[in-house]
Amino acid sequence: MADTQRRPRGAKGKLGLMESTKLKHFHGGLHLDYHKDISRQTAIAACLPQTRYVIPVQQHIGAAGKVIVEIGQRVLKGQMLATTKKLISAPVHSPVSGTVVEITKHAVPHPSGLEADCIIIENDFQDKWVERKPVAQNYHQMNSHDLRTIVRDAGIVGLGGAVFPTAIKQTEININTLILNGVECEPYITCDDKLMQERAREIISGADIIGHIIKARQCIIAIEDNKPEAIAAMQVAIDEDNTGFFRIQVIPTLYPSGSEKQLIQIITGKEVPINSLPADIDTLCQNVGTAYAIHQAVFKDEPLISRIVTITGKGIKQPQNLEVPIGTYISDCIEQCGGYSDDASCMIMGGPMMGYSINSDQLPVVKACNCLLVTTSDEIHPANTEAHMPCIRCGRCVDVCPAKLLPQQLYWYASTNNSERAAEYHLFDCIECGCCSYVCPSQIPLVQYYRSAKSEIWALEADRKKSDAARQRHEARQFRLEQQKQEREEKLRKKREMLNKKKGKPEENEIDAKKAAIAEALARVKKKKETQAITPKNTDHLSAEQERQIKEADQRRKAMKEENNE
Amino acid sequence: MLFRKASSPFINAQANVHSIMYQVLYALIPGTLAAIYFFGWGVLINLLIAASICLLSEALVLKLRDRAIEASLKDGSALITACLLALALPPLVPWWLTVIASIFAIVIAKQLYGGLGFNLFNPAMVGYIVVMISFPREMTFWVAPLGAVDHWLSFSDTFSIIFSGTLPDQSSIDSVTMATPMDTLKTQIGLENDIESTRNHKVYGALFSNISGKGWQWINLLFLISGLWMIKQKVIDWRIPVSFLITLLLIANLFAVSDYATYPSAFFHLFSGGTMLCAFFIATDPISASTTPRGRWIYGIGIAVLVYAIRTWGGYPDGIAFAIVLMNMAVPLLDYYTQPKTYGKSEVE
Repeated sequence: MADTQRRPRGAKGKLGLMESTKLKHFHGGLHLDYHKDISRQTAIAACLPQTRYVIPVQQHIGAAGKVIVEIGQRVLKGQMLATTKKLISAPVHSPVSGTVVEITKHAVPHPSGLEADCIIIENDFQDKWVERKPVAQNYHQMNSHDLRTIVRDAGIVGLGGAVFPTAIKQTEININTLILNGVECEPYITCDDKLMQERAREIISGADIIGHIIKARQCIIAIEDNKPEAIAAMQVAIDEDNTGFFRIQVIPTLYPSGSEKQLIQIITGKEVPINSLPADIDTLCQNVGTAYAIHQAVFKDEPLISRIVTITGKGIKQPQNLEVPIGTYISDCIEQCGGYSDDASCMIMGGPMMGYSINSDQLPVVKACNCLLVTTSDEIHPANTEAHMPCIRCGRCVDVCPAKLLPQQLYWYASTNNSERAAEYHLFDCIECGCCSYVCPSQIPLVQYYRSAKSEIWALEADRKKSDAARQRHEARQFRLEQQKQEREEKLRKKREMLNKKKGKPEENEIDAKKAAIAEALARVKKKKETQAITPKNTDHLSAEQERQIKEADQRRKAMKEENNE
Repeated sequence: MLFRKASSPFINAQANVHSIMYQVLYALIPGTLAAIYFFGWGVLINLLIAASICLLSEALVLKLRDRAIEASLKDGSALITACLLALALPPLVPWWLTVIASIFAIVIAKQLYGGLGFNLFNPAMVGYIVVMISFPREMTFWVAPLGAVDHWLSFSDTFSIIFSGTLPDQSSIDSVTMATPMDTLKTQIGLENDIESTRNHKVYGALFSNISGKGWQWINLLFLISGLWMIKQKVIDWRIPVSFLITLLLIANLFAVSDYATYPSAFFHLFSGGTMLCAFFIATDPISASTTPRGRWIYGIGIAVLVYAIRTWGGYPDGIAFAIVLMNMAVPLLDYYTQPKTYGKSEVE
């Protein structure tokens, strides 16, 4: 019962956020050229239906799901294709109605051009939904657990790019502050911006559901000040809501403010302690896109089968935001945006700071895909891996690092394969935001060095675990053998004792007692001898004859003694 | 559509080492011109010798090491070393001394350690120390600045002194050279004379001006101004010059207040010898300096303490080169023990 009760809204939070709106700064950061206007001039357009959709089974952080459809099976729009029993995981759903034509390995967006299990669906263009039973406004009467189940079954993951299963993030309840992340600090990307402009009410509704699940007292919506239209639209939606639960916090444009940890620091002034979760400092951070998806799941019973994708860059003829069904080929999206310009040279999934280049457009759009940036060669300047200048230790990287690392020292150890030292310099606190590479005057691809150092350490760690396990097994065996040996010896000893007793052989202490008795007897004899010793009498005035007799007697005695001795 | 492969981040600030080095070189120009103005042709000749030898030996070693010669020569770092050396050496030192210092700086102190970015010690200061220790007499061949004398030694006289050791007629090396004001003060104080009487001395008095030495104060002032410009341009970090200058000011002031007669004022220290050159151009060499924010504070403070100690109680006319190299040695330790607390760590403790 208590589970369904809302914490009082708008009450003064533990962090004192209500009385103070003064923002804190995280360390470092960058002012970049944002190029956001390229893609935010037009409204979000729906991606045209296509004939084939490729749905990767795993589109989230965590365990892969289990495919529950068969080849040839007819599926409806929103039907679950792969489920999961593991805790940290998320199901996937069909974006259209049609037929499962293949379940096979297919190239997916990945830095290394990986292939992964995919379900390929042929569209029947009938757009037939599975049966839907939205709980809609009834969510107010539902408890956290049931709502989380809805979120989970809808396959909702963090849509800011991290794709961590959202339901897992919402397991802590009684969190004071829900931070809605509408920062979108990467250049070029405008999908959250457009979503906030066009669907503010739904986002607010979704955030209210999250607030209900985690029983938050307040929700702060963080938006960078380079998105005035989004701020205005969200403000209208908040005014309509009129509960005092929501508040917009406009934050200065600075990369990487949208990174969860950095955003929490800006809003609360607190750093999320190392090895802790935001929940430990009474906050939860969710992307606006995620909130929108939760609204869709609760109010329309629509699972996560589409997302807004920014398709932008000078390499695209008509840059814009599309609402793309998950599984649509990237090439189909590009085509709808007028195709590539003549000098297009590089496709990046994600933003220019943290995204990765992909080597084909025959890949499906996945849940993590917030942006497809197609650039011309003069538009981007990736660091030159082959011939960069040596590090001159200028320390510009130190000044911009939001994790307060020493990137130049890390580079020194990462580039010389001294991974132990690199770890000592907190390699694993690196969030790979790219600020250090951005400012490096020697154009060193620092992040790349850190990534490879990390994977090297992971490999070493795995090796170490393996050898540790082997050593433990060996030690356990040694111990067992030693124990058996001791047991055997103990048995033997007992056996010997038993035998000795039977033979009647005197025990050692018995021998000791005898020895003591002998010694005692000897001492007694000695004492007796001393007291009974015969002392000669009248020997003072002896005649010569007497002396001669005594001498003779002595000699006789002596001779007798010698005879006896022999 | 090419589908070019690259790694994030895909954009960068387009900063480069060359522009940093060349901005340092530009910033050196005003002070160098002033040095030439006050001390004559010798400074210019030294500069030319040092620059050509530094570039030449850098090219030679790069060739031996099988590295790209042109790109490295163009980065401007060898020129900075040459410039610092030429400014540190007395104007009338024989040519071979400048050559030795330059070769030592570039070949031993820089390239043998691995070239740009790998040298533990400031190359120019190593070169300077080598000749300072090996040729102490030649290292006193300073001249009186313009203002203390009416005109420079002529170009041909300077040229022949430097290249053949031939002095102008009816003069000895003692008559053409003159100790620096700082050295003069030290000697005189050593002879139980106080500062005031030295400043009013009939010969040495001409060397001094109201703040420090004639010429020296202007050279230092110009280096200070261009140093501030470099900080504004973010070419150098502000922590090292600030901590160095403030510490030097405080220590010098402490002693000067305790005994005006034998300890020169703080401003004398700040505007004498190589103080400003050290603060903005030598101590701030990022390669051999500490790189952590806290480490840089300590580094600057350490240099100031050593500079003051060597100037006041040491056996050398100026203590900058030794102070720099000694603190260079401490850098790995400083860097290790002054790591900033990373995100999330401060909350733990």
